[in-house]
Amino acid sequence: MKNNNALLPLLNPLSKDNPVIVQILGICSALAVTAKMEPALVMAISVTAVVAFSNVIISLIRKSIPASIRIIVQLVVVAALVVIVDQVLKAYNYEVSKALSVFIGLIITNCIIMGRLEAFAMTNNPWNSFLDGIGSGIGYGIILVIVSFFRELFGSGTLMGYQVIPQSWYDAGYSNNGLMILPPMALIVVGCIIWVHRANNKDIQE
Amino acid sequence: MKKESNIYTIIYAAVLVILVGVGLSVIYQTLHPMQVKNIADDKKRQILAAALIIPQKNESISDVYENHIVDSFIVDNNGNKVNSDTNAFDVNIKQEVKKAAAERLLPVFVCKTDSGLKYILPVYGSGLWGPIWGYIAFDGNGDTIYGAYFAHEGETPGLGAEIEKPAFSSQFEGKNIFDTNGTFEGVQVVKAGREPSSGSYVHAISGGTITSQGVQRMLSESLLPYSNYLKSLKQTSDTSNQSQNISQDEE
Repeated sequence: MKNNNALLPLLNPLSKDNPVIVQILGICSALAVTAKMEPALVMAISVTAVVAFSNVIISLIRKSIPASIRIIVQLVVVAALVVIVDQVLKAYNYEVSKALSVFIGLIITNCIIMGRLEAFAMTNNPWNSFLDGIGSGIGYGIILVIVSFFRELFGSGTLMGYQVIPQSWYDAGYSNNGLMILPPMALIVVGCIIWVHRANNKDIQE
Repeated sequence: MKKESNIYTIIYAAVLVILVGVGLSVIYQTLHPMQVKNIADDKKRQILAAALIIPQKNESISDVYENHIVDSFIVDNNGNKVNSDTNAFDVNIKQEVKKAAAERLLPVFVCKTDSGLKYILPVYGSGLWGPIWGYIAFDGNGDTIYGAYFAHEGETPGLGAEIEKPAFSSQFEGKNIFDTNGTFEGVQVVKAGREPSSGSYVHAISGGTITSQGVQRMLSESLLPYSNYLKSLKQTSDTSNQSQNISQDEE
C-alpha cells in the first residue's frame, strides 16, 4: 500500500487527473500536432521532458524563489528547456522539427507545464515533482497518440508513415476522410475520448 | 538577506538569467554545425526532387547530390553567367525576389539524369498564409519543364498544402513556358475541368484557390528573369541538334 502512495504522483495524471481529458489543459497543441502519429509522439516526448525537468528544477529552487517574481522564474526555466528541446530536434530530427514548427516553441505556453509548476512543484520535493512531471507528460502523450492514431488512420490511411489500408480498398472505392486531417476533428476525437473516459469513471462526473 | 527584499529579487533574477543564457549559448554552439548540415541537406533534397530524384532512406543526401548536380552557377537576367563570390547554393532566394529583376542573382543547378542534363531553377512566392517555394527542372532545350517540386510553410492541410504532393507537381511535367513566338508566358493554374484558350496550364487544387494562384504568380515572377537564359539554352540545343543532323546526313 505504501508503495502505491509513493507512485501516486506518477499514476494520478494518467487517468483520474489526466491533464487533457480531465483538467482540459493543452488542448491547443493536441489539436495542432495530431494529424500524424510521428510528430504527436515527438511532441509527447518533448512535453514530458520539459514538464519533468522544469518540475525538478523549480522544486529544487522553490525555497529560494522570491514570491513576487515566481511566475517569471518559472517561465525562464521552462523557456530555456523548450529552446534546448527545439535545438536538439533541429540537430537530430530535422524532418519532425519541420513538421512541428512553431508548436515546439509554444510548449512554453502549454498550460500543463505552468499548471504543474504552480500546483505541484512549488510545494513538493524534487523526486515527487519529477514523478508528477513524467506522469503529466505521459498522460498528455497518451491522449495525443490516441487522437493521432485515429486521425492518421482515417485521414491518410497510414500509421507512423506506413501504409496500413491496402491499395485494394482504395480500388474498391474507399477513400481517405479529408476532414480527419483538419483540426476540428481532433476536437471531436478528444470529445469522444472524454465521453468514454467519463462513462467509465463515475466519480469524476459532475 | 531577506527573501522578499527588492535587492534579493533583482540579484536572483539577474543570476538566473545569466546562468540560463550561458547554458543556452553553449548548447547552441555545440549543435549549430549539425543544424546547418540538416538545413543544407534539406535544400539538396528539394533540388533533387525537382529533377525527380528521390534519395533512398539509407543513402546520404550529400552523396546523391554530388553525383547528380554536376554544375551550379549564377546568371543575370540577360542570361550571362555572373562571377560572384556567392556560391549558387548559398543564394538566399527570399532576398533575391525582393530585388528588381536586373539586380537579382539567379542560381542555376545543372543536374545529370538518365535523360540528359536538366537545369533546375528556384522559385519563391507567397500562398495564402505564408511563403511558398519550389524548384523547377527544365529539359536541355530550355522551354519544357522536366519536373517540379513545391513546398510551403503553413498552407491549409488538405487544401493549399496539397501543392507539395506529387499529384499536383507532376502535372507540370512536359509543360512549355514559352508560346509559339518564343515569348515567356509561364504556366497557368486553372480550375479543374476548365481550359484556357491558349498556353500551358495545370489544374488548381479545389479548395486551395489562393494557394494555386500563388503558384501561378510565383512561377511567372520567378521564372521571367530567367527567360533570356532559357532562350540561350534553347539556341545552344537547337544548334547542336542541327549539327548532329548535318553529321547524320553526311553519313
